[in-house]
Amino acid sequence: MRRILILGGGTGGTLVANRLRRALPGDEAEITVVDQDDRHVYQPGLLFVPFGLADPDEITRPRHRQLHPGITFRCAGIQRVDVGAETVLLDDGTAIGYDVLVIATGARLVPEETEGLNAGGWPDGVHTFYTPAGAASLRDALARFDGGRIAVNVIDMPIKCPVAPLEFCFLADWYFQEREIRDRVELTYVTPLDGAFTRPVASAKLAGLLADKGVELITEFNTGSIDTTGSPGRLVSWDEREVPFDLAVVIPLHGGAQYVTRSQGLGDELGFITVDQHTLQSAAAPNVFAIGDATGVPASKAGSVTHFEGEVLVENILRFLAGKLLDASFDGHANCFIETGFGKALLIDFNYDTEPVTGHYPAPVGLPLLKQSRLNHLGKLMFQSFYWHGLLPGRDIPGIGSAMPMRGKSGLADGRASTTTAAGSKRAS
Amino acid sequence: MPTATYAGHEVLVSDDGFFTDPGQWTEDMAPQIAKGEGIDHLTEQHWQVIKFMRHEYEDKGTGPTVRVLGKTSGVSIKELYQLFPKGPAKVAAKVAGIPKPRGCI
Repeated sequence: MRRILILGGGTGGTLVANRLRRALPGDEAEITVVDQDDRHVYQPGLLFVPFGLADPDEITRPRHRQLHPGITFRCAGIQRVDVGAETVLLDDGTAIGYDVLVIATGARLVPEETEGLNAGGWPDGVHTFYTPAGAASLRDALARFDGGRIAVNVIDMPIKCPVAPLEFCFLADWYFQEREIRDRVELTYVTPLDGAFTRPVASAKLAGLLADKGVELITEFNTGSIDTTGSPGRLVSWDEREVPFDLAVVIPLHGGAQYVTRSQGLGDELGFITVDQHTLQSAAAPNVFAIGDATGVPASKAGSVTHFEGEVLVENILRFLAGKLLDASFDGHANCFIETGFGKALLIDFNYDTEPVTGHYPAPVGLPLLKQSRLNHLGKLMFQSFYWHGLLPGRDIPGIGSAMPMRGKSGLADGRASTTTAAGSKRAS
Repeated sequence: MPTATYAGHEVLVSDDGFFTDPGQWTEDMAPQIAKGEGIDHLTEQHWQVIKFMRHEYEDKGTGPTVRVLGKTSGVSIKELYQLFPKGPAKVAAKVAGIPKPRGCI
């Protein structure tokens, strides 16, 4: 009997547990999932809460209910991982041994690393929508807001779902137009990046959308502190620039789970797990793997990335258990619907080597890429149902494999396509 | 690919002036690169950061972000901005002769 231990019962941990349970007979492997709580939040839904379009309760379900029969769920905090002894020590003092460890504990918000957010709790006028409670409190603050300056600020990368703060701006423009007070609200997007987004083609497109919607863009702003002692409040950068605000929507710094920093050799300076970016195997030990936001791979921290990683990871765990060579096929594939307000959305699709471009996904007849459309908005809405009933149970989407498709994309020569597959993609999708 | 001449040697640089081959960099080039970035004199603390940048690059294949520099270089973020006012991660990478830090996605 092999013992597979999965830390984290979110998107990655759940889908890997369910896929492994289906692939391995009950008498060959026991599968245990550990999480510190039993609340599984559909995180893409948090964006809609501040605008009254979703409620925290309706996007939250019990973690254990998403796990298939034959998987043990254990609710406990994690103290540390000892890769040498192949043991995980829990906060309650028990130690669990493993033959294969999967780390899927995601990213953690660390607002306390920013001056002004470190005095216990969020000051008046400063909000975030990255937690269910924060999103609900922001909803109330927006409902009371009748004019003034709103600054939306990403403190530093990496963050979960790097397009969400932009989507927030687009939806805020729609929300205040609906309330017929848009002319009294100044919206500013303040980012440490040198453009609206990380990738050049998408960045230009998104900067254009911000301009169309009357959202001011301030780039290369590295927030050092948030000062709420006076009115208005101020975002202050390390190089001493200032952005005044009446209401700030802040995406705080992110780090890995705290036990990672207590576990020798497991993570990087920020607590993200160091893994091979194509196999997802840990640098610390061959029987340790990581998935999703918990990893330090240079891909977006997003559910779609986790989903695509899941297929490769499960295959690799099965290969590892069978003593075979790993499949180095994860290509960094990410796929995001970007809600742009007024019932429209655009879609971007990219990987480690290929920029988001125009065209259609997943093939020449499909959803339009990098272009606002109602179809993409419906795709985003439908995704929530697929998340609970398709993605977490570990079902494949017909016609969509983990490797990024090149069909349907504009302006990509065959040579460009082959650099992607050179990463080792053997999987035909 | 563009080139630049530092300490009498021609080196390959990217469009925005970062070394593309860190092996071409030597310590005597640093003061001249720094001058181009508005830093007239390299102090011991500048050198501490420059050496750290090169070490990180050799170790990880990319220069660190400002946040990681603040956590690991032994120099606080505030001091890093005093040393490299135009942005520590980018300017220190340029002076240290390593490619532009990839940053996070």
